[in-house]
Amino acid sequence: MTDRIITYSEAVREAIGQAMDADPNVFMLGEDIGIYGGAFGVSGDLYHRFGAERIRDTPISELGIVGAAVGAALVGMRPIVEIQFSDFTAQAMDQIVNQAAKIHFMLGGELSVPMVLRAPSGSGTGAAAQHSQSLETWFAHIPGLKVVLPSNARDAKGLLLAAIDDPNPVIVLEHKLLYKTSGPVPAEPFRTPIGVADLVREGKDLVIVATGVMVSRSVSAAEQLAAQGIEATVIDPRTLSPLDMTLINDAIAATGRVMLVQEAPKHVGFMAEIAARIAEGPALYSLLAPVKRLCGMDIPIPYAPQLEKAAVPQLEDIVTGAVQLMREP
Amino acid sequence: MCRSQMTTITPLISPATGSLEADKSAALAALESMLTIRSFEEAVDGLFARGLMHGTMHLSIGQEASATGICAALKPTDYITSTHRGHGHCIAKGADLTRMMAELLAKQTGYCRGRGGSMHIADTKTRNLGANGIVAGGIPIAAGAALAQKMRGESNVVVSFFGDGATNEGAFHEALNLAAIWDLPVIFVCENNKYGMSNSTELSMRVEKISDRALAYGMVGVTVDGNDVNEVYQAAVAAVERARSGHGPTLIECETYRWKGHSKSDKNLYRTKEEIDEWKAKDPIVRFQETILSSGLVTQAEIDELTAKVREATRDAIKDASAAPDSNPAELLTSVFREVK
Repeated sequence: MTDRIITYSEAVREAIGQAMDADPNVFMLGEDIGIYGGAFGVSGDLYHRFGAERIRDTPISELGIVGAAVGAALVGMRPIVEIQFSDFTAQAMDQIVNQAAKIHFMLGGELSVPMVLRAPSGSGTGAAAQHSQSLETWFAHIPGLKVVLPSNARDAKGLLLAAIDDPNPVIVLEHKLLYKTSGPVPAEPFRTPIGVADLVREGKDLVIVATGVMVSRSVSAAEQLAAQGIEATVIDPRTLSPLDMTLINDAIAATGRVMLVQEAPKHVGFMAEIAARIAEGPALYSLLAPVKRLCGMDIPIPYAPQLEKAAVPQLEDIVTGAVQLMREP
Repeated sequence: MCRSQMTTITPLISPATGSLEADKSAALAALESMLTIRSFEEAVDGLFARGLMHGTMHLSIGQEASATGICAALKPTDYITSTHRGHGHCIAKGADLTRMMAELLAKQTGYCRGRGGSMHIADTKTRNLGANGIVAGGIPIAAGAALAQKMRGESNVVVSFFGDGATNEGAFHEALNLAAIWDLPVIFVCENNKYGMSNSTELSMRVEKISDRALAYGMVGVTVDGNDVNEVYQAAVAAVERARSGHGPTLIECETYRWKGHSKSDKNLYRTKEEIDEWKAKDPIVRFQETILSSGLVTQAEIDELTAKVREATRDAIKDASAAPDSNPAELLTSVFREVK
């Protein structure tokens, strides 16, 4: 496979284009994805390549859009919905939670909803409380939804192609600070399996489990920690549902210390689930110190740049947190 | 196991004359559909009263003409989405009574293997995309299924059934707008039975006719006597023709009435006995029988024979479904997700 350096949003666009080339049933619908090219520029030139039928601009109707995608998926299409900001999924929750997630199970297993819902997630753009949330736990709590959070360009492409192939509804939360970041991505279509965690960095002293934009932030922190003689393993679960705990458990067995880093508010966040699974399993007996969580504050995301930065873990917080964890008990 | 399968409803009714009241086989098929819905639901009501049925259910007794008249205008390859009050739509589209009854009796052989119950029956064979426990939940889904037909160049249409209450939900308005701007082959069928649970249409909307709401979306809207199966049928034929020929959606409002309460908890505190009796006098089955008897299209003996046949089909469905194995907790973790190939 030929790797090139491309951006995260180019990787998403490439995945959609390749899936649409390969299967006439794949199409995209969402707000301003046509000639505008998407609020974050992700759909870009797809409208010119595939036309208005398959890169389908919609009115501002999130519930209607997702419902239409569910209906199209039920009869064999492979819709990719773009919700302009993940916050707006709140408008579409009935179709996501009560319809898409439940139809396969509730209706006895004959019908299924092979729909992908992509949405930009997270803070850091000064867009304040209604355009900056990290809502992954909402979706991860619903049986019947798969939830993926690609943290780099390669996974953005590989996970999306796997999501489009998947016969179930898959929620793909793309972090908006990652869209312009670059990395090596194979030019050919490839699938990153859903439900398999990624060992991003290996180190003998502690494990950092991080999601979304916190993955690259944790890798940068690990590099600073290495200069201080602390070697951190960094694991990206990549998929929240279904969750792969194998790598995490093995890494805890090897290091005895774990720090869980997420942007979303701490209270009932996804890292609480990982902490609980650690506590339920054999990894508990390997712990030399209590599980440490480093999360967003339990507040709505504020506007002012200094407030917004203070609301979620930054690079220096991860470094400090790791140093503290190494000092315990 | 399929003794209860109806013989004449699918492929659905297509009288050469264009009227259910002028073609004998069409008239008998429409009557069989309505009688079957009535018989099935009366049986279900009885089973519930005797404590033999679990959960809750929503009966459409009194509304049989709308389900029948609409589905009579559809091809077997056309799709429907249905509601919490969906037994009639299921039956009119040709569902197997035994599998329906088995689902309600929480059996493994039910349409949903006992996972859905009365509110969630879907049938891929008859292209019923599912009843829905969420008011208006099926309406955007119908628009999406219609979008798929259009994108693939298929000639199938999609019917979405819903009640008057659903037209106050955002999903209704968003779906109608999408269907209108994209000229989708979908027919929105509002069964206006005057109450969203206890809330009357007088209290819940200012428009005179629910079909007036079509105007807001640049769509044709019609109101018909929902207890006149032939009138419903003819409105459906026109809407199906419009949809199939690429001229977009229609909103059909069928004015009707449910004789029974909203669900099993209903004490009918919000309506009078007189009102219920007034509507019972407009029984869509009795009216249709009188019409086709008085015109000489069918004989009383033929109606009696059909009535007996339908009752036997219901009895067989109960008997066969009751004998089936109970739904199985050991397989609860299957079909949460469809397996990835």
